Amino acid sequence: MLGIIASIIDGVLVGLVYGLSAMGLTLIWGVMDVINLTHGTMIVGGMFALYFLATGLGVPPYLALLPVLVGGFLAGVALYWIAVHRMVGRPPLMSLLSTFAVNLVLIGIGTGVWGTALFNVAVSLPGVSLGRYTFPGAHILAAVLAAVIAAALYLFLHRTRMGKAVRAVANNREAAELVGIPTTRVLAVTVGCGVALAGVSGLLIGTLFPFTVLSGDGYQLKGFVVTVLGGFGNPVGALLGGVALGLLEGAVTPFVPVSWTLVIEFALFVLVLIAFPGGIFASRRGAL
Amino acid sequence: MTAILQLDHVGKRFGGLQAVNDLSFVLGEGEILGLIGPNGAGKSTLFNLINGVFTPETGKILFRGADITGEKPFLIARRGLARTHQIVQPLMNMTVEGNCTVGACFGRENLPLTDARDAAREAAIFVGLEDRLQMQALHLTIAGKKRLELARALAARPTLLLLDEVLAGLNPTEVEHMIGIIRRIRERGITILIIEHLMQAIMSLSDRIVVLNYGEKLAEGLPGEVAQNPQVIEAYLGDPKLAAALQGSA
Amino acid sequence: MPAMVLRPFFWIITLVVAAFILIPALGDNVELRESLALATVYITLASSLNLMLGYAGYINFGSIVFFGLGGYICVWLVDAHHWPLALSLIAAGVGVGALAFIFGLGILRLRGPFFALSTIGIVEGVQAFVQNFEPWGGSAGIYISPEVFTPLGGPGRALWVIYFALVATMGLSLYLSYGIKISKFGLGLLAIGQNEDAAAILGVPTPRYKAYVYSASAVLPAVAGGLYFFKSAFIQPSDAFDLSLSTEALVVAMLGGQGTVTGVALGAYLYEELRGYLLVSGTFSHFQLVISGVLLLLIVLFFPGGLMGFIHSRFPRTQKVLE
Repeated sequence: MLGIIASIIDGVLVGLVYGLSAMGLTLIWGVMDVINLTHGTMIVGGMFALYFLATGLGVPPYLALLPVLVGGFLAGVALYWIAVHRMVGRPPLMSLLSTFAVNLVLIGIGTGVWGTALFNVAVSLPGVSLGRYTFPGAHILAAVLAAVIAAALYLFLHRTRMGKAVRAVANNREAAELVGIPTTRVLAVTVGCGVALAGVSGLLIGTLFPFTVLSGDGYQLKGFVVTVLGGFGNPVGALLGGVALGLLEGAVTPFVPVSWTLVIEFALFVLVLIAFPGGIFASRRGAL
Repeated sequence: MTAILQLDHVGKRFGGLQAVNDLSFVLGEGEILGLIGPNGAGKSTLFNLINGVFTPETGKILFRGADITGEKPFLIARRGLARTHQIVQPLMNMTVEGNCTVGACFGRENLPLTDARDAAREAAIFVGLEDRLQMQALHLTIAGKKRLELARALAARPTLLLLDEVLAGLNPTEVEHMIGIIRRIRERGITILIIEHLMQAIMSLSDRIVVLNYGEKLAEGLPGEVAQNPQVIEAYLGDPKLAAALQGSA
Repeated sequence: MPAMVLRPFFWIITLVVAAFILIPALGDNVELRESLALATVYITLASSLNLMLGYAGYINFGSIVFFGLGGYICVWLVDAHHWPLALSLIAAGVGVGALAFIFGLGILRLRGPFFALSTIGIVEGVQAFVQNFEPWGGSAGIYISPEVFTPLGGPGRALWVIYFALVATMGLSLYLSYGIKISKFGLGLLAIGQNEDAAAILGVPTPRYKAYVYSASAVLPAVAGGLYFFKSAFIQPSDAFDLSLSTEALVVAMLGGQGTVTGVALGAYLYEELRGYLLVSGTFSHFQLVISGVLLLLIVLFFPGGLMGFIHSRFPRTQKVLE
């Protein structure tokens, strides 16, 4: 019994990181109705950045957060101009295809250079013990950092000018333009933030679990589940959705072989959407 | 006179807003019933309730005696109910002929493709689009798109036609042309329920008027009566132009 | 349907099918046959995908699942139950078509992008299932014993028979694609693709039509899968449910011009030839993905109408003849 509770608590910790990893996806989706199919690969980008900064250059893992944040932001802006800019206003299916295309290119290059080799930068920190069970320090720190970054995002969206501009554009792009908000810049910033979030969450996940070039798929899928559970464009919702997903995983993984976890999460995604066609918080679309 | 459409105590909420409240009226065969009311009164919502896009929480909607409350839109279309939209919804990359053929194929008579094309052409000619049959819908002017919307609905050979602000955005010549078309539609025996803000037009076209305000029926009767109704005038007093137009058309 | 025979395009398709049969056969050219065999698979997959993509406007990222499942059903029936090939192929087609209809009713309730995403999940789900399904060999797969080729006249002749069957399947997919396009059903699908809500209000029975076309897009890929894996005499989950093949089908359909029959077929053929060159020139299988990606991006950004869209806009006369 205690084992299951421990599993669940650990699930919540990891869930906070899942929530963070979904935030980039839901931000871009909620603000501009664009589904970023490079999201998973960008998470992997964060993982690889961690690997090269930490093992290659000897940078302390958690300090690498800053360069990854900046690098991710720049990559996001580049992504906006390459694949998204011309798709704004077109049906979401088009941006799905354009980001899908970029993803193919990235995966192609990635597997071409690194194949499917396994990388491991898992950090070992003293943990917290509860009876027989120890919660790894890395899990706790990652969870805390995820919550901090999420809070920073919230503050950005609600307390800064740019953040308010982002919310305005999310609500009604044409109206925002009419009141003088430079929408193109705002959209580029949004994608930049979205990818930056993906990158840092990848870094944090990299401190917990080993990864390959193809690991992004799984986390992207979790991102989709979290997004429909927590609401599009809703960072707090993403965090809660992530925790819910983490809880679910914690409760389910002791009983089910690993290869089925993704399938179950996916089934959840489909079922939630069939029941709530716009996601559970559909009425809040366009409101961040 | 048989009732084509009957609404019994129909109600619809959206979250905190009661968009339509306890609405009842009857539409007789061959009538033109005008639906007026200030903006936000619930007129378009009512159309969406009638043709199945929304489901009412309370009340019933009967079409030729059959209960169609909550039925899916495509089934209602098959029964012989067609509508136009306030914001036109053409099938952009299809031609005028193509658009109308869709209407004819899947409308009341469920025609096979070749017969549907003939019905489509006929409907397009009826509204005056014969010179643009092969033009793609996205290349039409707004007036053209409005006519297409109407032609497409007519191609379905409906018994009841719901017109949602067909005259909005048209210049005076186009308005006159449309009014002529609407009169000729009635002459063919099609019953019409029409929403319109152009007071002169709707008052002269309609046999009877129903006035909506905040989702409720404010008044019902002949155009002349309704225009004199003090409650109706008060509802429009927020909009002096409209109030003057009401009084002017009395 | 009878009206189709009178249209010039019908005969263009017939000519192409005849060419596919006669050219390799008359020269007994095995190398050409193998290359064309792969082309027929691509054309079948892309044409079937086009039914959903170009007509109804729904992107199916996971069309490979029909191919893989069809392969599994056929191979299993032939190997474990000793069914004749023809019957196994029919079973594969019908079985996958029926499954697609049932599943379709569920996931087609999801709109546009959500549907697209869920098609990926279906592949993952089916793959996970098959990997754990012992009667189908689990993750090791199924090997067919060579005796199954005997009723076809031995391995050499069997490859020719399979090739002709693949060409027939390709032909059927082209006829089907064209036939639907000029039918009332096709008109309804095109309306759905333009504006699903408006189509419903016009009376198009959208839930049913979407399920029909999804099912239709499953049958011939399933048969092609059956033939392909029977020919390889081996099937395993990682091959049968490899998402990159359905990705390529998608790129090809968009490259050639979604919604057109010619474009999709042409795109499939050209892409397959290009791919052939790439694979020969080195271990660039990963660059295959990069090239697919770049092509797709260019098409989506600048040429959404694909090759056919370009040709139709430059030479409007072709619109009458080349669908």
